[in-house]
Amino acid sequence: MSAIWTDLAPYLALVLVGYLPNEVWRVFGLVLARGLNEDSEIVVWSRAVATAILAGVIAKLIVFSSGALAGIPLGVRVSAAACGFLGYLTMKRSAFAGVLVGEAALLLGGWLVVR
Amino acid sequence: MPPPATFSSSTAAFLGGMKSALASVFFLVLAGTYIGMGALAHDFGFSPWWLALSTVLVWAAPAQVILISALGADSALIEAAIAVTLSAIRLFPMVVALLPLLRGEGTRLRDLLLPTHFTSVSMWVESIRLLPGVPRERRIAFCNGLAVGYMSTAASFGFVGYYLAAELPPLFAGALLFLTPLSFLLSTARNAKAMMDKLALVLGLLLGTILTATNVQLDLLWTGIGGGTLAYIVHRLREAAA
Repeated sequence: MSAIWTDLAPYLALVLVGYLPNEVWRVFGLVLARGLNEDSEIVVWSRAVATAILAGVIAKLIVFSSGALAGIPLGVRVSAAACGFLGYLTMKRSAFAGVLVGEAALLLGGWLVVR
Repeated sequence: MPPPATFSSSTAAFLGGMKSALASVFFLVLAGTYIGMGALAHDFGFSPWWLALSTVLVWAAPAQVILISALGADSALIEAAIAVTLSAIRLFPMVVALLPLLRGEGTRLRDLLLPTHFTSVSMWVESIRLLPGVPRERRIAFCNGLAVGYMSTAASFGFVGYYLAAELPPLFAGALLFLTPLSFLLSTARNAKAMMDKLALVLGLLLGTILTATNVQLDLLWTGIGGGTLAYIVHRLREAAA
C-alpha cells in the first residue's frame, strides 16, 4: 500500500470500488423483478443465464487458476474435478461426498507431482 | 434435506434458515473459501476488520478476491471497479429468479431489500432448492436466516484465515482455493433437475473455458447470455414438441 493511503482510505475504496459496483446488479434485479412470477419466461431465462455464468466462473477458477492453486498442474486440477463429479454421482448424489473425493484426488495428485 | 413444511412464526423460520445454512455443504465451502480469503487479505496488508466489513458489504467471494488483489497491488481504482462489476453481473439474473419465489400477497418492497443484498451463489443455490418446501409467508424470514448463517460463517473464518496466514504449505493452500469451484460445480449439478439447467451448466463450463482461452472481452457476460439463451431455446423447442 502506498503512503498516501490514510487509515480511512481502504474503507472508502471498499465502498466505492467494491460495494457499489457489486451491489448495482442486485438493485437492477430488484427493480426488474417487480411484477414477475417464477414461471415468467424472463425468470426462466434468467435462471438459465445465471447458471451458465456460474458455470463459467467455475471453469475459470479450475482451468485458469491463480495463487497457490496455479502451482498444481492443470491436468491434476481437471482430473480432480472429474473425480469429484464421479464421487458425487456414485455416492447418492451427495455434493459433500463429491467435494471430499475431489479434494483427496487434488491433494494426492499434487503430492505425486511435487514430490 | 428439505426443511419442515411449516414454521409457527417468522422467528422459527429465520432460525430454521440458519440451521439449514450450518448443516449444508456450503458451511464447509465458505469456511474454506474465507480461510483462503483471510490469508490473501493478510498478504496484501489489509486489517481483518476491513475484510469482515467487505464480507458484509460486498458478500460475493469472486468480487472480494478481485478487490483485495487489485487494491493491494495499487491498481487503478477504475480498473478494479470495472473488474468487480463484471464479476457481479451474475447476481442480476439470480435476484430476478429468486424474488418471485419470495414475494407473496402484501409483500412490501422494503421486505425484499435484505434478501436482495444477501443474494450470492451459496444463498441462491440453497434457496432455489429449499424454498419450494417452505410456506410462502415464511420464505423471506427463512431466506434471511439462511444468509445470516452463511455470512457469519464467512466473516468468522476470514479471521481464522487471517491469523493462519503464511502458516499453510502451498499444496494445502491450493486445496483450500480448490474448494470454491469444486463445491459450486457439485451443488449446481445437484440443483439442476430440469434439462435446461443441466444444459446451461455444461454450456457454461465449455463457453467459459473457450472464451477465456481466446481472450474474448467480457467473457463471463457472453458465456451467460450465450450458454443460457441456448439452453432456454432448447427447453422451449422441447416443450413445443411435447
